[in-house]
Amino acid sequence: MSGTDLTRSATGVGGRTDSLVRYVFFACAALSVLTTVGIIVVLLEGSVEFFRTVSVFEFLTGTEWSPLIEPVSYGVLPLVWGTLVITVGSALIALPVGTATAIYLSEYANPGVRSVVKPILEVLAGIPTIVYGFFALSFITPQLQRVLPWEVGTFNAAAGAIVVGVMIIPMVSSLSEDAMHAVPDELREGAYGLGATRYEVSTDVVLPAAVSGILASYVLALSRAIGETMAVTLAAGMAPQFTTSPLEPIQTMTAYMVQIGISDVSVGSIGYQSLFAVGLTLFVMTFSMNVASIWIRSRYREEYR
Amino acid sequence: MSDTGPAIETSIEAETDTARGDSGGVDQQTAETVLSARDLEVFYGDERALKPVNAEITEKKVTAIIGPSGCGKSTFLRSINRMNDMIDVCRVTGELRFKGKNVYDEDVDPVALRRKVGMVFQKPNPFPKSIYDNVAYGLKIQGKDGDRDAQVEEALRRAALWDEVKAKLDASGLDLSGGQQQRLCIARAIAPDPEVILMDEPASALDPVATAQIEDLIEELSRDYTVVIVTHNMQQAARISDRTMVFLTGGELAAFDDTQAIFENPKSQRVEDYITGKFG
Amino acid sequence: MSTTNPFEDVSDLDRKRTIGRVFVALCIASTMVGIVALVTLLADVIYESWGWLSLEFLTYPPSRFPESYLPGGRGAGIYPALVGSIFLIALTALFTVFLGVGAAIYLEEYAPDTRTTSLIEANIANLAGVPSIVYGLLGLAVFVRFARMGQSLLAGALTLTLLILPIVIVAAQEALRAVPDSQREAAYGVGATKWEVIRDVVLPAALPGIMTGTILSLSRAIGETAPILMVGAATSMFVAPDSLLGPFAAMPMQIFDWARLPQAEFQHVAAAGIVVLLTVLLAMNAVAIYIRYRFEADLP
Repeated sequence: MSGTDLTRSATGVGGRTDSLVRYVFFACAALSVLTTVGIIVVLLEGSVEFFRTVSVFEFLTGTEWSPLIEPVSYGVLPLVWGTLVITVGSALIALPVGTATAIYLSEYANPGVRSVVKPILEVLAGIPTIVYGFFALSFITPQLQRVLPWEVGTFNAAAGAIVVGVMIIPMVSSLSEDAMHAVPDELREGAYGLGATRYEVSTDVVLPAAVSGILASYVLALSRAIGETMAVTLAAGMAPQFTTSPLEPIQTMTAYMVQIGISDVSVGSIGYQSLFAVGLTLFVMTFSMNVASIWIRSRYREEYR
Repeated sequence: MSDTGPAIETSIEAETDTARGDSGGVDQQTAETVLSARDLEVFYGDERALKPVNAEITEKKVTAIIGPSGCGKSTFLRSINRMNDMIDVCRVTGELRFKGKNVYDEDVDPVALRRKVGMVFQKPNPFPKSIYDNVAYGLKIQGKDGDRDAQVEEALRRAALWDEVKAKLDASGLDLSGGQQQRLCIARAIAPDPEVILMDEPASALDPVATAQIEDLIEELSRDYTVVIVTHNMQQAARISDRTMVFLTGGELAAFDDTQAIFENPKSQRVEDYITGKFG
Repeated sequence: MSTTNPFEDVSDLDRKRTIGRVFVALCIASTMVGIVALVTLLADVIYESWGWLSLEFLTYPPSRFPESYLPGGRGAGIYPALVGSIFLIALTALFTVFLGVGAAIYLEEYAPDTRTTSLIEANIANLAGVPSIVYGLLGLAVFVRFARMGQSLLAGALTLTLLILPIVIVAAQEALRAVPDSQREAAYGVGATKWEVIRDVVLPAALPGIMTGTILSLSRAIGETAPILMVGAATSMFVAPDSLLGPFAAMPMQIFDWARLPQAEFQHVAAAGIVVLLTVLLAMNAVAIYIRYRFEADLP
């Protein structure tokens, strides 16, 4: 070991500073895991308190939600129903429209059109949800009232579903377009070489090849619709009820949480605790959909190597 | 080889590396021209990719296109079935006649053209569908009626793939090996029974064994189809083709003759330099 | 030369062309849905706010009387919420830049290729899909109650930080990944330690991308209502927030409050508030886009 000593102790290189910053950065990354743990702990803890008073069975199967007004009742189904109405309604708009937009942008539009349309859709995605809520209240509902022959409430599920549908179009279109964009051009050429028309190439080759990415975008968009809060609160109202009429008010899980959030419910009361039980329900639904979306997409990665 | 038709018997037999008979040239006159280029030029934007090409491609022969990379050989191939239409900046002038009809005429739909002129690509590109559906796709979109199962089997047999896949027709085309995928693509191209098959370096992504299989297959195909094949491999061109086009840098068609003539006594010094490997 | 058309037997193309045209028309119409919706939304907001947006609106606190908001009224507006939102975003920016870039550096530069790392990355992807109101519950339970910060500016900022952290981390990771390895190797080659390589080479090169991603994420945070609502943003503050642990107002919360008031006049007030909010958003996006274009040329 004669000559230059290159050991750490001798040179002082790569010593304390390096390992210290490493730990600091690791802590930053670990915070994200801590956030997830925090969310789960907070939701569970609040829910456990809630379920001391209300049985899980009553919560999950009860058809009456009236936590603040006597006689109190804690059946979450009306809220789940409200969320379902909004989600299905918005999906009816956003999935076909978003997919067709993606097909147009990926398969038909020339680069010039694409460079104009894509930023516009990005802007649409960047508008705060509270603004969509206002839009529903001040424009969509009045238009529905004007156009439809039936009576339309100031708060109604239809306006909420429409506005959430518009809101998630960019999500479907941009993620689906990414998936279609990832389909290799060789496949398109293969079909064109057989005498396929552009329509046939789009629907027979590109769509099936991109199907997992498109489905993943659907699941993600639906998950977003389930968790959407301010727009549905403003547009669809705060009336927890089972109604099949989209022109009547409903209440989603998220809208209920807002209702408690802006009321003077005292900490530790059953109303406060119900917040966490509903929040947990919401979290479980969206979390499982996000996991499903990631799973669908990871399957699709294996298809082209 | 004994069942080969008389018109091309000689050239097939000449596949062995021994000297070819002169009869190939004689056949030229009796065989019919399927494709003919008249002053065909291709531009990408302002750049000319192909200098005026004049050439006649004969029926039921294998015509090889060779030349250094970037010489326009693929451009020429793709101008035959108008695959260049996909490229926005691409512009074609002059004529390319398929059975006498200029395919660049206003009234020709490239979709109709591509039904007559099939194509096999450099990289095997089976659709992410089952083997069966891959082969059946062209039949389906071209509305070729008949016994679909029989048509698919026939195409797979001709592509020398039937025995390997007959037990797993529902498996994904992507599960096959590279060589099998390329034969699947050939089956897909011949299933709707086109008249011409264009091949763009179909063996360049394959290993030597798979390449040999594809070469055998091309020989077989030339019994029923006119095959135009781009290859960067001169030995391959010499082995499989009846006629050879040599493109040189700048998109110039420098020679077009019987393969044997091209390789044994090239008429120009530049072609000879290229053939003998002095450049390119 | 024969003159027969060899393509005559192809007879189904007219029908197919029609199908194709109908299909394209449907796709274009769908694309227009999004565009028309955006234009209608913006037009609606501007129309509703017309005549209600004045300088006083920016400099006065809110009022219960709608006529106070009108020009020539006693003066009422969005001032505390505007200032509150700016403070909120400034604090959030401070926290997210540090935490987000730190996490991204760890994941891109240090993290071994282990299951722990892929778990962290999957976790970040999942967090990005958690509804914002759930973050509000987290903030309520952890910052407001457990850490005893109360319904404060700090609690609001920390909640928003957790909300946008996943997006900032992903954006910063992309920026770091765009720095070519050759630059890292060049620095290692002259004997720099890992930290020196990151500090002197990687971070400076990735900075524009990181800033763009952060600002875009912050512009999402500034419009978020649900989380700060749960944390307890105030709707009747008449002065600007002045302490970290004091109460705070914020624009989206204020807009929500106006929008749900029954008097029709408050719809106009809410619209005016939205115009202010969207203007701030637009400004933030403009800065992000400027940075992107300004530095795009410098990147290899």
